[in-house]
Amino acid sequence: MNKLEEKYADEIQKILAKYPPEEKRSAVMMLLYMAQREGGYVSNHDINDIAEIVEITPTEVATLIGFYTLYHDKPAGKIRIQVCNDLPCALRGADKFLGELCDALKIQPGETTPDGLVTIEPVMCLAACDKAPMFQVQSSEGLEYHENMTVESTQTLIESWKEKN
Amino acid sequence: MAEHVLLRHRDIPDINQLDVYQKDGGFEMFKKAVTAMKPEEVTDIVKASGLRGRGGAGFPTGVKWTFMDNKNWPHYVVANADESEPGTFKDREIMESNPFQFLEGVAISSYAVGANAAYVYCRGEFWQVAHYLDEKIAEMETAGLLGDKLFGSDYSLRIYTHLGAGAYICGEETALLESLEGKRGQPRLRPPFPPSFGLYGKPTVVNNVETLTNVPKIIENGSDWYKSMGTEDTAGVKIFSLSGCVNKPGNYELPFGTTFRELIYEHGGGIANGNKIKAIMAAGASSAMIVATDEALDTPMDYASVRTLKADLGSASVIVIDDSFSIDWVLNKTIHFFKHESCGKCTPCREGNYWMSHIIERIHHGEGSSFDVELLTKVAYQIQNKCLCALGEFSLQAVVSGIERFPQDFEAKVNL
Ligand SMILES: Cc1cc2nc3c(=O)[nH]c(=O)nc-3n(C[C@H](O)[C@H](O)[C@H](O)COP(=O)(O)O)c2cc1C
Ligand code: SF4
Ligand code: FES
Repeated sequence: MNKLEEKYADEIQKILAKYPPEEKRSAVMMLLYMAQREGGYVSNHDINDIAEIVEITPTEVATLIGFYTLYHDKPAGKIRIQVCNDLPCALRGADKFLGELCDALKIQPGETTPDGLVTIEPVMCLAACDKAPMFQVQSSEGLEYHENMTVESTQTLIESWKEKN
Repeated sequence: MAEHVLLRHRDIPDINQLDVYQKDGGFEMFKKAVTAMKPEEVTDIVKASGLRGRGGAGFPTGVKWTFMDNKNWPHYVVANADESEPGTFKDREIMESNPFQFLEGVAISSYAVGANAAYVYCRGEFWQVAHYLDEKIAEMETAGLLGDKLFGSDYSLRIYTHLGAGAYICGEETALLESLEGKRGQPRLRPPFPPSFGLYGKPTVVNNVETLTNVPKIIENGSDWYKSMGTEDTAGVKIFSLSGCVNKPGNYELPFGTTFRELIYEHGGGIANGNKIKAIMAAGASSAMIVATDEALDTPMDYASVRTLKADLGSASVIVIDDSFSIDWVLNKTIHFFKHESCGKCTPCREGNYWMSHIIERIHHGEGSSFDVELLTKVAYQIQNKCLCALGEFSLQAVVSGIERFPQDFEAKVNL
């Protein structure tokens, strides 16, 4: 048993059970989410463990991290605020919101606050265009949508995370 | 206002609860299909209803089901819940608020094509939605609506959710299947199409969430009932996702053939901030730009009529742009999107969008010349008809139509 298997034995079994036994590879997507849950990114060690579990090469696992935007190979803030500034949201002020939020936190898009808590990233349409400005939050607890936001309501949210952390 | 066919949570509160859904007749059609109908009978009704795919291409759903290769087993059904076209947010509302009707649609279509396993492929951002569906699926299993030998028959079915991880291209059905197999989501060479070579190389039906959500009601009320709504070209109802510069953006379930004017002004409350309507994109970022003339506003929204405006209805994600925005800014957004989302497999799409993004940046920032505008159109046409999947084609729609139909916005921007 490798490290991931030791740590998440039950969860891995549950994920594998969704697919035919000879098609283990399908499970790689959920395993990557599982591996990056704790540290916010997938380490080389995780890549090797996942490759072993689903019986593909580590390179094949690694290319997935590069291809899909929700997997990360580098640590960032504990919480990633992913603001949609795609066309429909931008027509409703998303670019302005993104700029003002970054100003309030004194960082640029793509950067992390000095306390290591929050990274702000612009992203493409999240299927919530009627509720702009909006963002999703990616953290160890998964993904969560926050809609019809203002800079103030976002700051209140960030304060609540600070208390929890 | 007639009762909703799809967004029924707006008429029946708590329809997301299994007992409420069942009290309203929920899962009776699945039971009827499994216990009293042949699979072909189910397919025939769907075929006769005129139901066309709601994922964008508008392919007749029942016809697609008949393409399944009956010499190769097992069969699979895959629900396309990737919903990533900018401006589209209807599948999410269905799954969050009327999940059982969607899942019953998955179940009935699985029975119709002889699939014992179905997957719901959710874009990774629908993490909460997928977990919610997992709960609903578990409730169905407990209630004997999923599992082995259903309703005393020999038919067994299981439904599983699968999460993508952020890639628009995974909405394209063969890229979706690659992703479901744990690979990078890059489109496959076609033919063969999924009904002969799909998931794990097995015959597979891929249908959009909204398409499948229609199915229980079609079986319940019949094909004539369904055809009585909509137009001759496109039967039934559609959820129009209305976004952009309107007072009341949101999802509106309306018959096909409703005019742009009715959607935007009656349902959407008209243009916000006292501005004037300028352009409409009817199929999200993949749309040609429609000049919002009176004639265009009075055009009925079905596939054939929107074509007369040299545009497509696609997934009916109607983005409204008012006169406070310049079209070069809009193109900067759409090109940026496609550059980011190109899967990189074909050179014209990958390099073309990269190149276009440089040119449009220049123009948008007032550093371009009229030569740049010409070049942009030329590069866009270089992408045309040279790509493996429709993303390449989508990426040039707004570009060529925007430059052609709104020349003044570009003339104002460039130095001669
Ligand atoms: C680039 C691209 C993106 C697509 N995205 C989606 C999507 O998000 N959801 C969807 O249902 N169909 C999408 N499609 C269409 C699918 O390939 C496919 O036609 C559809 O899922 C079939 O289901 P339907 O017949 O019920 O519409 C996309 C197609 C392309 C080329
Ligand atoms: S057209 Fe673009 S997205 Fe489609 S396969 Fe080619 S490179 Fe990939
Ligand atoms: S454009 Fe932002 S959610 Fe769709």
